[in-house]
Amino acid sequence: MLAKRIIACLDVKDGQTVKGVSFENLRYAGDPVELGRAYSDQGIDELVYLDITATNEGRKQIYSLVESVAQNLNIPFTIGGGITSVEDAENLLIHGADKISVNSAAVRNPQLVSDLAKKFGSQFVVVAIDAKTIGNQWKVHTHGGKRPTELELFSWAKEMELRGAGEILFTSMDHDGHQTGFANEALCRMSEMLSIPVIASGGAGEMEHFRDVFNKGKADAALAASIFHFGKIKIPDLKGYLKEEGINVRI
Amino acid sequence: MKIAIIDYKAGNIKSVEAALKRFGCDTSLTKDPQIITSADKVVFPGVGHAGAALEALRAAGLDTLIPALKQPVLGICLGMQMMCRHSEEGDTPCLGIFDAEVVKFRPDNGEKIPHMGWNQITALKSPLFKGIPEGSFMYFVHSYMVPVFEHTAAKCGYAQDFSAAIAHDNFYGCQFHPEKSGNIGLQILENFIKL
Repeated sequence: MLAKRIIACLDVKDGQTVKGVSFENLRYAGDPVELGRAYSDQGIDELVYLDITATNEGRKQIYSLVESVAQNLNIPFTIGGGITSVEDAENLLIHGADKISVNSAAVRNPQLVSDLAKKFGSQFVVVAIDAKTIGNQWKVHTHGGKRPTELELFSWAKEMELRGAGEILFTSMDHDGHQTGFANEALCRMSEMLSIPVIASGGAGEMEHFRDVFNKGKADAALAASIFHFGKIKIPDLKGYLKEEGINVRI
Repeated sequence: MKIAIIDYKAGNIKSVEAALKRFGCDTSLTKDPQIITSADKVVFPGVGHAGAALEALRAAGLDTLIPALKQPVLGICLGMQMMCRHSEEGDTPCLGIFDAEVVKFRPDNGEKIPHMGWNQITALKSPLFKGIPEGSFMYFVHSYMVPVFEHTAAKCGYAQDFSAAIAHDNFYGCQFHPEKSGNIGLQILENFIKL
């Protein structure tokens, strides 16, 4: 049976991982490859490296990072952040990325998703969507959640699927950072509406939240960052717990 | 050990190349018939569309070269599918090394396509799987599959049972990505190197 996936997200700036990371026995927590390997050894199923570098100069470092990750890790990884063209994506593929994720660029130019899927295949294209509720509607936001758009979450996700996205990474801004659980109702609706996998993001705080996002939210994968980085939840513990709860995970 | 990785611009080969190098192999990414034919082993990777893959293989004359190879050949993902007779994807004739049809997954219980993620392989029967426990998790990404047939070397279940691996004579194929399947996947690559 296909396992539910647990994904760790690492923010990268100027080629180094940022955010406080408290991994035991790790000499260089800022080294994206070493940190990735630590997660891989713990049994993480996938990694997302999110490039938050603001300058073009710094951005180029992402290519050597991608190459180094591809050479040293043997689990799948996604690169996101600042990808605005087919050329950007192709450079990442050449350097060894398994998947890329696009967010604001897809909103600005939805055709980009069609072009990426056509050129590289849907399996390469993750569309990340940040959304929060305004009134009684889920509205898509761009630029790291700073700019609201007129787009409604579910119809946008559907359009992305139709244009060839291979996965949707949905972050609920209402839940992100609160550590009180994922947006299970919205996730369930999205997952049942789409025929591509949905990755849940935003809100993980306890192991129970992962059980719920798979059982109630019908997510195919769940992503978290700080609770893993700070060791609040350890991957082997989480997977052991989920298995006991009857959820199929890779151990 | 010289390993030729067939270069037909079909997806991400960095990881498989790096893994083979880590085992001390001398790898070349190539479409040169001379280098391919004289290599100790050949890896036939691939991600993407069967139709585009066939076109690229034909353009390089590899569609006739690969089936005639005598050394161990490992097809990965689309590479494995291209070793079959025909693919439903774009109604594409393939290389015909295995007498099998590549078909689209037919979800019977709302399964999502592509089949993406970690799934278990069972009924392992090939030297490729020496020391690999039944039920090991491997990383898959694909929308088309090879049904179970006489040369199935490992099975996996998703909507239907399908061939997670195939093997016959000197030809081997993995639907999953051993280079992306953690340490256990690397062991499969090592088994191939040691054939």
